[in-house]
Amino acid sequence: MASIWEYANPKKFIETTDRLLPWLSVTALLCLVVGLVWGFFFTPDDYKQGSTVKIIYLHVPAALMAINAWMMMLVASLIWIVRRHHVSALAARAAAPVGAMMTVIALATGAIWGQPMWGTWWAWDPRLTSFLILFLFYLGYMALWSAIENDDTAADLTSVLCIVGSVFAVLSRYAVNFWNQGLHQGASLSLDKEKNVADVFYHPLLVSIAGFVLLFVALVFLRTQTEIRARRMRALIARERLQ
Amino acid sequence: MMPDLGKYAQAVLSSYAVSIALLVVLVAMSVWRARKTRRELADIEQRVRRDG
Repeated sequence: MASIWEYANPKKFIETTDRLLPWLSVTALLCLVVGLVWGFFFTPDDYKQGSTVKIIYLHVPAALMAINAWMMMLVASLIWIVRRHHVSALAARAAAPVGAMMTVIALATGAIWGQPMWGTWWAWDPRLTSFLILFLFYLGYMALWSAIENDDTAADLTSVLCIVGSVFAVLSRYAVNFWNQGLHQGASLSLDKEKNVADVFYHPLLVSIAGFVLLFVALVFLRTQTEIRARRMRALIARERLQ
Repeated sequence: MMPDLGKYAQAVLSSYAVSIALLVVLVAMSVWRARKTRRELADIEQRVRRDG
């Protein structure tokens, strides 16, 4: 069996992801359409929250991906720090705008959902606040990559920032458990079946989550390819200038 | 076909509109930048080969 480190070779990474991308994109689109259409058109209203429960099919997957995108960036950053594989640093860079957009979707749908349920668009609740800080970390991470000309230095510094920001990614996930205060309810998904949302909402939610995960993977593959090409382009231009 | 969303129609519909719009923008920008970078790299590689 081939070693996973084979994919640290940019050429091999591009070849493999080029083959996977069409399948990933089609499956992501299919899952998103099925999950969202099922959730929007074919699920009942909740006895407490009425039709606003339909927002769950966007809000929960986006929030889940906002946190997990940062975790993926953390793993890629650690690989860069330990093994110095450029593809892993570029994959972390590629994932940041996708994670940031997922955070914006989670914050926006949360505010729109919160207004009729809580009577306010925003509250300085532990989960909401840690999510806002996570979003600011995403912005800082992307700004730091753009601000530093040398790719290796940028990868080093953003990796450290990523490690620091992981505290807020974890806090965003567990804030509700850590502090029993604030407006946000507990997790909608749990290994404890009693705490899960009802099956009628759960199944379309799972399909929607699958769609968001696959979309994230497809976008990270595509954007990492772009970052690899952009890096090669910068190297060739630098070489031309030297001649 | 359209479910009755009652008094929360505006909240539900705006959530879907905002999220889908943001996802479309994200995908469109990723694809656009991927194509642009691929084209520019091909041009530079061709120039480097030609100029030795």
